[in-house]
Amino acid sequence: MRIKCPYCGERPNEEFTCLGDASLKRPTSNEPDTMDEWFDYVYIRDNLKGRMHEHWHHSGGCRSWLVVDRDTETHEIFGVTTARDYNAKGKV
Amino acid sequence: MNRYSIFSLARNAVNYHKDWEKAWRSPDPRPTYDAVIVGAGGHGLATAYYLAKEHRMTNIAVLEKGWLGGGNTGRNTTIIRSNYLQDESIAIYELARSLYEDLSQELNYNTMFSPRGVMMMCQTEHELRAFKRTAHANRLAGLDCRMIDRAEVKRLCPIINDSPRARYPILGAYYQPRGGTGRHDAVAWGYARGADDLGVDIIQNCEVTGITREGDTVTGVQTSKGYIKTNKIAVVAAGNTSAIVEMAGVGLPVESVCLQALVSEPIKPVIDCVVMANTVHGYMSQSDKGELVIGGGADGYNNYSQRGAFTSLEHTVTALVETFPIISRLRMMRIWGGIVDMTGDRSPIISMTDVKGLYVNCGWGTGGFKSIPGSGFVFADTIANDRPHPIAEPFGLNRFLEGRLIDESVAAAVAH
Ligand SMILES: Cc1cc2nc3c(=O)[nH]c(=O)nc-3n(C[C@H](O)[C@H](O)[C@H](O)COP(=O)(O)OP(=O)(O)OC[C@H]3O[C@@H](n4cnc5c(N)ncnc54)[C@H](O)[C@@H]3O)c2cc1C
Ligand SMILES: [Zn+2]
Repeated sequence: MRIKCPYCGERPNEEFTCLGDASLKRPTSNEPDTMDEWFDYVYIRDNLKGRMHEHWHHSGGCRSWLVVDRDTETHEIFGVTTARDYNAKGKV
Repeated sequence: MNRYSIFSLARNAVNYHKDWEKAWRSPDPRPTYDAVIVGAGGHGLATAYYLAKEHRMTNIAVLEKGWLGGGNTGRNTTIIRSNYLQDESIAIYELARSLYEDLSQELNYNTMFSPRGVMMMCQTEHELRAFKRTAHANRLAGLDCRMIDRAEVKRLCPIINDSPRARYPILGAYYQPRGGTGRHDAVAWGYARGADDLGVDIIQNCEVTGITREGDTVTGVQTSKGYIKTNKIAVVAAGNTSAIVEMAGVGLPVESVCLQALVSEPIKPVIDCVVMANTVHGYMSQSDKGELVIGGGADGYNNYSQRGAFTSLEHTVTALVETFPIISRLRMMRIWGGIVDMTGDRSPIISMTDVKGLYVNCGWGTGGFKSIPGSGFVFADTIANDRPHPIAEPFGLNRFLEGRLIDESVAAAVAH
């Protein structure tokens, strides 16, 4: 599997570290009755079979945080963007 | 069921082994069952066997999308041990290990349990301290395990590189003499034959594609062989469990990743124990055929494809060549991968759910072969009585919300 870093170009996956699902939203409230939201955020994972958006860190390269649109069944990569752009646009 | 024995072997030899009866039937699904188990791996089959044997529930089915034992149960490196750190873990893994001791007699099927001893290497000061802590915990729990020094490691495993100048020198090891290996396929086949004999329908090539509910109660499963009505559904599908319970609207704290293993060409006996080296991410034992069975770390990203990254293998092999220099010229014959279900605390989930009649048993990750008999035993009890068995109770899904994690990520830093 090769990932096309927007800064470094196409690089082998061992240069990167995967941090999992990029679509998780951190709850903003500390109220006790938002426990369930925190529980979902901290522990529950969609664990998608198919296309998902993931955080990857180019740890062995430019060290930027990326979001990769990848299929977990075929390893096909549909797109890569920076985490900043992903948060601004909400898509890869 | 025809019992297997020296006499049946001799009798069948006379007929050139043409008349052996099938070890299990291949029935069509009935329209209704008292319980349906999804996944015919070791855990699903053991659950079915104990449901039928201990709880007299015989109108049950095990549904398997492929062939029985074709998941992780047929892909693992068969290390069996029980020297985990936390009391809850010790209870279930030691129950399983002790059931393995006479499983062949129980099932009348040779599961080839071989308590050849498992050594977990200490190659850094940190690791030495961590294993001493585990050793104390295990001693309090009454397990037969002990720390051994470098000389004894070398005596038990002469091919190990014990040079003090090694990149990661051997400082000692944590040793469980009654740990060892078993025959993975035989465990699945033995439980399948035993369950079938008690009346359980094992239905292969039958994929579960949907779960129906009425309110908060399950009513049946949609499968590739039609609809089956049931009020109890037990999902035991390792890396695919998330996708199945999602059909009933249940989310799990699990992620699926690939774990690989490989075997060498067969050679004369060189190692008669199991060696695990957590710091360098590799472990090895030798099969009865003479192949070295090698495993390492899991890949670091989600995967459902049963094919892993080459870099993980390279990493494992590099470490093992350093630890066992004589294997450097061996050719590797086969590699394969399995999709393992990882939880955050590296402990399994054996649980009821918010949906009535839906039970899950998963999260065994990289280390659930060793637990098959114990897990099946307590899960069957949980399903039959609709409340958690005392040994299963700490492994409930609610432990995450309650912050009661059963942290085994130190004790099980490497896959095994
Ligand atoms: C390379 C490797 C090495 C390992 N080494 C060890 C070791 O040394 N020691 C140890 O203790 N553990 C080890 N493990 C872990 C161990 O193999 C697993 O924890 C254990 O086998 C899980 O058993 P199971 O019955 O839960 O799952 P599986 O054996 O995977 O069975 C699940 C079954 O569910 C079926 N299924 C999935 N989806 C559906 C569906 N929709 N409908 C119907 N059926 C479905 C699958 O086809 C599969 O047969 C290793 C794993 C791997 C991959
Ligand atoms: Zn880069």
